[in-house]
Amino acid sequence: MKLALVVDDSLVIRKMVSQTLKTLGFETIDAADGKQAIEKAKGKELALVITDFNMPVMNGIEFIRELRTLPGHKFTPTVFLTTESDDGIRDQARSAGATAWIVKPFHPDKVIAVVNRLSV
Amino acid sequence: MNPSATAAPTVLPGRGLYLSFSLAGDEYAVDILGVREIREICPITPLPQSPRHVRGVMNLRGAVVPVIDLRSALGLEETEYNKFTVIVVLSVHDRTIGFVVDGVSDVLSLDESAIERSLDLGARVDSSFVSGIGRTQERFVVLLDVERIVASDIPGGSIA
Amino acid sequence: MSEVTVDIEAFRATFFEEADEHLVTFESGLLQLESTPNNGEVIGQIFRSAHSIKGASGTFGLNDVMTFTHALETVLDRLRSGELVYRADVATVLLASVDVLRALLEAARSGGAAPAEAVEVRLSLERLLSPAKPKDPPRRTMGVRFIPKPEFMSRGMDPLAILRDLGTLGDVLSREVDASHVPELRLLDPESCHLAFRVVVTTAATDEKIREVFEFVDDLCTYELREDTPEPAPRPTEAAQPEPETPDGRPAPLAPVAAPAAAPNAASTPHAPAATIRVATEKVDKLLDLVGEIVIAQAMIVEATRSESSDSAGRLNDALVAMDRHTRELQERVMSIRMVPIDSVFRRLPRMVRDVAESVGKKVKLVVEGETTEIDKSMVEQLADPLTHLVRNAVDHGLETAEERSKTGKPDEGTVFLRAFHQGGNVVIEVADDGRGLDTDAIRAKAERLGLIGPDAGLTDEQLHEFIFHAGFSTAAKVSDVSGRGVGMDVVKRNVEALNGSLSLTSERGRGANVRLRLPLTLAILDGLAVRVGSQTLVVPLLSVVEAFRPTQSQVREVVGACEVLDVRGRCIPIVRLHEIVGAFDAQRDPTRALVCIVEANGTHAALLVDDVLGQAQFVVKSLEANFRKVDAVMGATILGDGKVAMIVDVPALTRAASSSPVPVLTSAHTQARRPVVAQELQ
Repeated sequence: MKLALVVDDSLVIRKMVSQTLKTLGFETIDAADGKQAIEKAKGKELALVITDFNMPVMNGIEFIRELRTLPGHKFTPTVFLTTESDDGIRDQARSAGATAWIVKPFHPDKVIAVVNRLSV
Repeated sequence: MNPSATAAPTVLPGRGLYLSFSLAGDEYAVDILGVREIREICPITPLPQSPRHVRGVMNLRGAVVPVIDLRSALGLEETEYNKFTVIVVLSVHDRTIGFVVDGVSDVLSLDESAIERSLDLGARVDSSFVSGIGRTQERFVVLLDVERIVASDIPGGSIA
Repeated sequence: MSEVTVDIEAFRATFFEEADEHLVTFESGLLQLESTPNNGEVIGQIFRSAHSIKGASGTFGLNDVMTFTHALETVLDRLRSGELVYRADVATVLLASVDVLRALLEAARSGGAAPAEAVEVRLSLERLLSPAKPKDPPRRTMGVRFIPKPEFMSRGMDPLAILRDLGTLGDVLSREVDASHVPELRLLDPESCHLAFRVVVTTAATDEKIREVFEFVDDLCTYELREDTPEPAPRPTEAAQPEPETPDGRPAPLAPVAAPAAAPNAASTPHAPAATIRVATEKVDKLLDLVGEIVIAQAMIVEATRSESSDSAGRLNDALVAMDRHTRELQERVMSIRMVPIDSVFRRLPRMVRDVAESVGKKVKLVVEGETTEIDKSMVEQLADPLTHLVRNAVDHGLETAEERSKTGKPDEGTVFLRAFHQGGNVVIEVADDGRGLDTDAIRAKAERLGLIGPDAGLTDEQLHEFIFHAGFSTAAKVSDVSGRGVGMDVVKRNVEALNGSLSLTSERGRGANVRLRLPLTLAILDGLAVRVGSQTLVVPLLSVVEAFRPTQSQVREVVGACEVLDVRGRCIPIVRLHEIVGAFDAQRDPTRALVCIVEANGTHAALLVDDVLGQAQFVVKSLEANFRKVDAVMGATILGDGKVAMIVDVPALTRAASSSPVPVLTSAHTQARRPVVAQELQ
């Protein structure tokens, strides 16, 4: 059973991404901000994390950084959703430990394409 | 994504802000989000071949804006306009429309729990125009569904 | 957040505009080639047009457009080099390509589906290149070296995923791993990567596509692409030295994501008018100068009102006069920014004339004059259909076949004239032909058959000509494929009316016909006559006003059982009681105590009953539909000097309604020269 964590403060995005992941055979859990997401990630084995950047309480970059310090999540594949397509945010995400990224607005096919590239 | 900061009064979830006004002795209100401005009564040019409640159009800073007599639209007894008559300018279906009311009262904050939504309300007006009755202090306020009121006057004004 | 999307949108709009321009050059070049097939310069020109579209479309990720244009460009390149000779079949395919490309661009612009013919036409293009040419794109054998840095896996990416992705690009010939840098077990950190890989794959993918595989990890590894000459077996155990060479350039561009789902604010209608205007910088500079003048004039006004000296009234007057002058000039200049040469409408017509002429087997020449005449940009879209119909009509119905023409001593080739010019504050467009002219007998017969006139009605040729504007009145013996049905002259008339213009027709049997459109210079500002009805002020578009006067009792007649009419020099004109229409209860009802304003629209007259005529001025037209809806008898509103709103009457609608009864029988055979011009002096 592969479990994916979807993190975004928009309910619509969470639903859309979760739905898409389900078609790829994932089971999904979600969170509306980075802090919630950390709590949900603790102690679980995650095959994938997809997270937004702009979120209240803890944003996506901070979340990924903290996620990577949690035991068992050093190598969890994480996909970063961003509306910024400038390199600045992307680089920050990379140094925080994001595996890959998708630029919003995105079509669900894009999620499928990127997720397929991450898993073996 | 953070929603952009809203205007000063913080609206807690479940609470709405309403602009209340008087019509024929009763108190009515509309969602404040649609309110563009409030104007004194001003010259209205009649529109040919239009229904009774559409009084005509007015000049709102260079824009030609239709004016609807709310008493007439709601089936209440009509009255002459005087210097206290007010036009509430609302944004409805991306159009700007003015509504003649007797006078503007207040801005109310109404909790969802203070609003009675059931259909059989016994209000004086057609219940399809009423989205609920709000209770505040000791008053009852009839909440109007403006979109429904103008639906028949505007092309494509769909009734949900 | 939204700024980024908006920027892209602005560039997209420019791309489409430029692409349109390139297409025009392309098409006119093709037409030129028909007469001069070996003109190298023209071939070069059209090659460059196709090339530009291809390049730009690639930038915006418009793959359909790009693939198609690429095929087109290849054919043009062969033409350019002489390898391909311009023949009839080449011409046909190239012309078809123009249509397809236009449709592809439209589809890309509006998010619609690509036209079905696109694939077929592209195949035709490819067939031109060489009948036996294989359809597959060229495949190369690429050797890809992939050397992850030790920290490669720190972000959760598995190197095997990279290898697998490379494998999906084509056929993998070999995969090698270089383990020479793996430290001994004691020192081995399982979280770091010390392996290097080499994959040889035969693929049709471009270098760019291959680099995309590394897009997320280009800072965590080095990679190198090298095209291998095909080898039977890969060289064994090549020591893969980590090359100091860094991955080329910036990270591979992300695949375009915006297009399919989002397109949220994209034009929902296929022919939504372009929302940008290209303006000559000179116009903008002049405008800037003018703004400077206005600022000065305004300061003068302020100063004059504050000054207490004896000549302050005089100074204020001077300042106001100057301000008035500057405001008028400002209005003209800004209007001129919106003006574009009418050529943008005319340019589609030569091609259409050629196609229509071919399909009906006639020889036709199109003469265009005044294509630089400027019209308001907003009119361009709306003029296209009526003009197309008129020109098509001229070719299909107006002109005779070559045999018929030579029998009557006319040259084989028929001519259609397309003219545009400014006249008295309007734009005049004429579509004329030297064909057979209107058949007044056939029109009379049809009008009788439809019950529009009695059998003995004495009507002049001009009056008979008006009938062709009635709905359903085509006198053509058969409905040809070309002109079809449904787009009749009545629709053309309505289109022109919608632009506040007027349409008139002259025709001479055997010699030809001339349809003349008169349009205001702009839709936004109207020359109007202000009139008073009761206590209301209304505006009548000046273009429609013939005259105004106080009628005498003898002129006012009642037609039995129908409406009131005015006898004006022998002609019966129905009276329109504006006070009834606008609900002015305090208006003057007796025509002999009021005024009538004779208006005309498309040959039909009406007499508007008004209390008084207030004067002539320019009015800014405000749409009622913006905040309300279309109101009968009204074409818009305006704001008067006193701040009140006034209705602008819809003359065509009023004249149509007033004359919905059959054309009145005339008492005498007077004909009146129709000159719908500026209002005469009042009596």
